[in-house]
Amino acid sequence: MLGRLSLSAIPLDVPILVGTFIGVAIVGIAVLGLITYYGKWGYLWKEWFTSVDHKRLAVMYIVLALVALFRGFADAIMMRTQLALAYAGNPGYLPPHHYDQIFSAHGTIMIFFLAMAFMTGLFNFVVPLQIGARDVAFPFLNNLSFWMTAVAFILVNVSLFIGEFSQCGWLAYPPLSETQFSPGVGVDYYIWAIQISGVGTLLTGVNFFVTIVKMRAPGMSWMKMPVFTWTAFCSSILIMVSFPVLTVAVALLGLDRYFGMHFFTNDGGGNQMMYLNLIWAWGHPEVYILVIPAFGVFSEVVPAFSGKPLFGYATMVYATCSIMVLSFVVWVHHFFTMGAGPDVNAFFGIATMIISIPTGVKLFNWMFTMYKGRIQYHACMYWAVGFMVTFTIGGMTGVMMAIPGADFVLHNSLFLIAHFHNVIIGGVYFGYICGMNFWAPKVLGFKLNESWGIRAFWFWLVGFFFAFVPLYVLGFQGMTRRLNHYDNPAWHPWLLIAEVGAVLILLGIACQLMQLYVSIRDCNLPANRDVTGDPWNGRTLEWSTSSPPPIYNFAIVPNVTALDAFMHDKEGGIDTRQAGGHYEAIHMPKNTAAGLVVGISSLVFGFAAVWYIWWLAALGLIGVIGAVIARSANKDIDYYIPAEEVARIENEHTRKLLAQAAE
Amino acid sequence: MAQNTTVQTDGHDEHHHESPVVFGFWVYLMTDCIIFGTLFAAFAVLRNQFNGGPTGHELFEFGGLGLETALLLVSSITYGFGMIAAHKAEVSKVIMWLGVTFLLGLGFVGLEVREFAHMIADGAGPDRSAFLSAFFTLVSTHGLHVTCGLIWIVTLIVQLMGTTEIPERMMNKLTCLSLFWHFLDIVWICVFTYVYLASMI
Repeated sequence: MLGRLSLSAIPLDVPILVGTFIGVAIVGIAVLGLITYYGKWGYLWKEWFTSVDHKRLAVMYIVLALVALFRGFADAIMMRTQLALAYAGNPGYLPPHHYDQIFSAHGTIMIFFLAMAFMTGLFNFVVPLQIGARDVAFPFLNNLSFWMTAVAFILVNVSLFIGEFSQCGWLAYPPLSETQFSPGVGVDYYIWAIQISGVGTLLTGVNFFVTIVKMRAPGMSWMKMPVFTWTAFCSSILIMVSFPVLTVAVALLGLDRYFGMHFFTNDGGGNQMMYLNLIWAWGHPEVYILVIPAFGVFSEVVPAFSGKPLFGYATMVYATCSIMVLSFVVWVHHFFTMGAGPDVNAFFGIATMIISIPTGVKLFNWMFTMYKGRIQYHACMYWAVGFMVTFTIGGMTGVMMAIPGADFVLHNSLFLIAHFHNVIIGGVYFGYICGMNFWAPKVLGFKLNESWGIRAFWFWLVGFFFAFVPLYVLGFQGMTRRLNHYDNPAWHPWLLIAEVGAVLILLGIACQLMQLYVSIRDCNLPANRDVTGDPWNGRTLEWSTSSPPPIYNFAIVPNVTALDAFMHDKEGGIDTRQAGGHYEAIHMPKNTAAGLVVGISSLVFGFAAVWYIWWLAALGLIGVIGAVIARSANKDIDYYIPAEEVARIENEHTRKLLAQAAE
Repeated sequence: MAQNTTVQTDGHDEHHHESPVVFGFWVYLMTDCIIFGTLFAAFAVLRNQFNGGPTGHELFEFGGLGLETALLLVSSITYGFGMIAAHKAEVSKVIMWLGVTFLLGLGFVGLEVREFAHMIADGAGPDRSAFLSAFFTLVSTHGLHVTCGLIWIVTLIVQLMGTTEIPERMMNKLTCLSLFWHFLDIVWICVFTYVYLASMI
């Protein structure tokens, strides 16, 4: 009846997990209680859960990403603390069984649910507004994508309290991840979480690709498109090309585990290196999927706070596209030690080094944008400049590891860990937080507190260097990754320094929470309110609407005649909004619960498949198919906002603008 | 002002006449194509890993295979007739051709299931060797797609019944299913050539 599931699957003997469960339960009950007490369920359901509005979905994605950050960081600081303690006679406080789950969950959560969710949140918020569209091409699929991502994250967290998570690292290499060596449910949780969130990500990729190709405002030719939209475009292409490969790689692993097949097993003719090739044919593009939009954020932020147009727009676009293409021909550098031979390794090594050329072009473009600019050191600029320094160091250690000979020494050492955190924290995370500070007034209608933003930055930056520079040293000293315990006295001081770094980053996260709290507390102060919709003297179309934008984004679709369309209009005295023009009724998609139903059915299916509860899995699958068919039959999917209503909303905003100008 | 009005009318028309659905679905199909491409690659890597078990040469028979292929190829033609009827807004003919396509597709899936059942009964199941794992996975992924197509056909037949015209949204659905169905045909031709023929020669 319950498959493999029994009471013994609940880890009552692990105090950390019991404590976590009690904590999560208390917070969960408090949140649910407060929602019930204030009677907000109907509001949440109507305005958020079933919303197909890209702006609402963006906020939900970013909330999901921040929750994932807490979970992923809790894992990180537990690992650092374990390694600060587990020296010589001290076994530390995490047994290997638990420690291995933590590092696997850390990587999985940080990439799939922090970084991917944050990136999708930024896409959702910014892209339709930047291209002058009223929504994405497929608003319902957008909602569905969100729920697939959210339920996959829930599935990963369910594994904390029911059963276990994978102990095979964030990419679950076989043969370790095969049934022979991992008979438990951990790898199955991993497989289904990846597959469910993969559906969401793939649909996001298709959605934004079509949105950008088909829905740009009249006059916005390719080379008049804002750079962030370009990066979202390239990132969407990478998603569409690489995520199917991930789906297949993980599906084949699942077939080995569920049906006893022999794709990657030791016996039966399986080939583990095929898994490595497939997973990295996705995995390397994946890191560019994440970092290219971060480059896009900096390309918007640096001009805005330098008071100048972006230096070298065209080279920025070409550099982005080159990186997109090159990211597909470098995957073997993740396993030079496979033994593909000097010719193959040389090809992939050189291809990897070539990527540093377009990346260098971008860095110089940002610096030349700042050169002789009127730079305002807003919190966003701190993150941007911090990125330039940190990312450059990470890029250079990457080029070092691209030399196959050097890689044979550094492979799977802590040097590698330091390198990729150097580019992912310094590039991706700094970029997304920079973007959050930049676009928050547009999303929320008020600016985020700057002092706490700058404090958060300094703690993150200094904490980062304390936490990861020691790892470079440890890598040279021969310390490999994923160690649970060590006896080498030379390593101990460096691991203590790294622990200090983790604590500093913890303070950075605390400052970010404080920043959110203070910003919401002071949101009605006149200095914080964004009445004009254009708090930074922005250059692109998203700043031409009110903050937050009306549900339809643009009452009259803007007519684009130049790059940096909004700045061009401001300088030419043209009203981008065409306020008071001829308004017409606007065609909008209706909210729908179908995405949520498919999501929850997928969660049920995934959970049942992990535990071999086949009747429940069948129910979940029927739920998915039924909801899709019901959605297809539903004719009541859109509505019109009457022209009078549009005029009322627009005139209200015009009135506010005039009042602000009069002050 | 005059210019504004023109721009806006254009935008409005565009919104109504050019639905992104078909283009979007085509793009999605290309990602599906990468799934098949990856499975073909996996098959290419493992095609000689027989693990002492049966080879393709010993397992595959031309008879059933030819019939399967014929059914699927003919079903593409009948779907094409359905689309012609749809463009003429002849709903009953559309339903009829969709029904014929459904039966042909069902025949294909039935023959495939029969072939698989025989192989598994003979001890040549997907857990026998890496070659058979790759074979079953690639071919049944195609079969699963055809099965989804069958569910989709039934859904559209039900939605079409009792109606007399074909609105834009239904036309889009029929066009997407058409793309899907022909795409599966193309994939099958690759399967037929690369998996079956290349093993039998």
